[in-house]
Amino acid sequence: MTGPQRDQGPPGWLRRRITHRRLTAGWQNATRPAGLREHYDRYGPLPPDRQQCPQALVDAVAAARLTGRGGAGFPTATKMRAVAERRGPAVLVANGVESEPASRKDQALLSRAPHLVLDGALLAARAVGADVIHVCLDQTRDQQAGIMLRAISERQRAGLGGVAMLAHGLPSRYVASEETAMIRWLNGGEAIPTTVPPRPFERGVGGRPTLVDNVETLAHVALIARYGPDWFGQVGDAGTPGTMLITVSGAVGYPGVYEIGAGSRLGDVLALCGGNGEDGAVLIGGYFGTWHATRDVACLPLSAPGLRDAGASPGAGVISALPAGRCGLAEAARILGFLAGQGARQCGPCMFGLPAVASDFAQLADGRPDGDVLKRLHRRLGAIGGRGACRHPDGAVRMAASALAAFAPDASAHAAGHPCVEAR
Amino acid sequence: MRQRLHWDPIACTGHGLCADLLPERIELDEWGYPVILGDVPPGLARHARRAVRACPALALRLQQADGDHGGRA
Amino acid sequence: MALWYATRAFGVVALMLLTATVILGIAGTARFAAPGLPRVVTAGLHRNLSLLVLALVALHVLTTIADGYAPIGFASAVVPFDSAYRGLWLGLGTVAFDMLLAVALTSLLRDRLSYRAWRYVHWLAYACWPVALWHSLGTGTDSKVPWLLAIDAVCVAGVAGAVWWRLSLAAPGRGRTAALTALAVLPMATGIFIYIGPLQPHWAERAGTPPVILHSRAVRAGGRK
Repeated sequence: MTGPQRDQGPPGWLRRRITHRRLTAGWQNATRPAGLREHYDRYGPLPPDRQQCPQALVDAVAAARLTGRGGAGFPTATKMRAVAERRGPAVLVANGVESEPASRKDQALLSRAPHLVLDGALLAARAVGADVIHVCLDQTRDQQAGIMLRAISERQRAGLGGVAMLAHGLPSRYVASEETAMIRWLNGGEAIPTTVPPRPFERGVGGRPTLVDNVETLAHVALIARYGPDWFGQVGDAGTPGTMLITVSGAVGYPGVYEIGAGSRLGDVLALCGGNGEDGAVLIGGYFGTWHATRDVACLPLSAPGLRDAGASPGAGVISALPAGRCGLAEAARILGFLAGQGARQCGPCMFGLPAVASDFAQLADGRPDGDVLKRLHRRLGAIGGRGACRHPDGAVRMAASALAAFAPDASAHAAGHPCVEAR
Repeated sequence: MRQRLHWDPIACTGHGLCADLLPERIELDEWGYPVILGDVPPGLARHARRAVRACPALALRLQQADGDHGGRA
Repeated sequence: MALWYATRAFGVVALMLLTATVILGIAGTARFAAPGLPRVVTAGLHRNLSLLVLALVALHVLTTIADGYAPIGFASAVVPFDSAYRGLWLGLGTVAFDMLLAVALTSLLRDRLSYRAWRYVHWLAYACWPVALWHSLGTGTDSKVPWLLAIDAVCVAGVAGAVWWRLSLAAPGRGRTAALTALAVLPMATGIFIYIGPLQPHWAERAGTPPVILHSRAVRAGGRK
């Protein structure tokens, strides 16, 4: 599902103002993934292999100020330079695992425009001196694997060689899409994070400098290489140029994946998706994101700098709307319970702390607190973050703390034994 | 010259000897894992080195406070 | 003759301290701590006692070689089953000593090894202790003396008890089942061995004491072996 139908939904002027059809060109009528010919017809040929100057692509990406679309929002050119500067052949990892349950954009992109992703991977690999590309997917998504393998072999038959492309199916767990987890898995270990140092750009897959990029980021690279950084910045806002894919779910009329200009107003985005007003709450940034009353954030731009002062971040462009009248604490408790079970079980504070706060939160949501649950929660939430090898406990704790803040009146009522009716 | 304590959360299995040997700078949380309370002044350096050596899991290290790698003490 | 007594004394004391070392090591894996016995004390004692055991075993080996009564040379100290005197039983002692050296050296060089390498070698300690015990029972000329049997029984009870307690804290599984089986079988096998071995007459001869010594001992002790 990729957007409202023409004869329904919000006014066309809103759609025209904030949505764009760059990565999503042709998706509305697509019944299958775009083949290589269709891809070239739509976007033009792959830019020539400027082997004399791999720097050119990195400079273009830097000028475009492209930031990672996997959630961390790190400047892509900086990452590319860090890998390009190391000696010896490098490795490129295209992260298409998308283990965030509330996010669907990478799956949509891979199922409709795999060649856009593979173009970007090839161009980035050439730019940093990588001689192999590992496309990492979730092993339970068979159809996606089939599409990717067919796209790769189509390219081989067309003679688009130079860099080996391998597709992999990783275990379906939340931490598997973390950079060091993917690298560890590719090196033959388990798909769980490791401590850094060494960082991936120093020593990653096979001990070589490794560039890990989200598949959407690579798709943007493919278009910047064709049309240039100025074209990229024609949409979006001054601080965060370009477009981004977002996944909107929950209490909206038209949930799904959209391509919007970065920095579009959150209220406009919700209206675009048929959201029902400013009375509810919204979870911005996925399961590691933060809860906010919709009216508090409706006027803010959906971008990292735009949301920073509100203590939020777009993450991988995931927005979940909670309807007015629904219990946010129950939803937060459910998410926390899921995250507590998804840890790698390597670090004590996460392995013991997350289930402990999940259990506290469940008590709070049910309105059956054991002792002073709010005080215990605040103490524990402050003690777990930053003490694991990866950001898993940090993200979970941030989400939980934001729920306590956004639903503070409910929290007090629940803690006093008066839960919302439907929380039972 | 101040030094900084770092612990490897993956290697650490909560033995707790570090907190026994350097209670001024290491406390244990309710699950037995270390909380570093601050940097190590020169006066506590000897105790800190002893704590680093005592860790059965080799999970504790001491580094210069300005961030370059000092390795295990 | 004094050296022969000295070597037996060093051996018995080393075995007792090795028992204490193993028990302290097991306590460490179980995170045992008590008021007055914090983790650093159990860990420190475990380490220091193990070094003392090494020293005592070295003295035990040196006094044995120095005492010319039995034909045991330097090679037998590290090459198992090389000796003409009770080859098998002495050899077990050599094996135990070799294992002890490996455990101690890897622990001293921990910083330079991977954690896994250190750990797997350290597990040899669980083999080292019973092998040392069987060496003592088979080689020792005091094996059937009541007070020494009592010491042996206390050591076995100590280690068996500590292993039992430690396994009771472990999650059920194949590893635990295997360990429990060993815990049941080994003490029983040892007891049976003591009964059919050292406690029976002519054990010295069956164990491989060279005939010349048997003869001279018989002459000296008036028939007692």
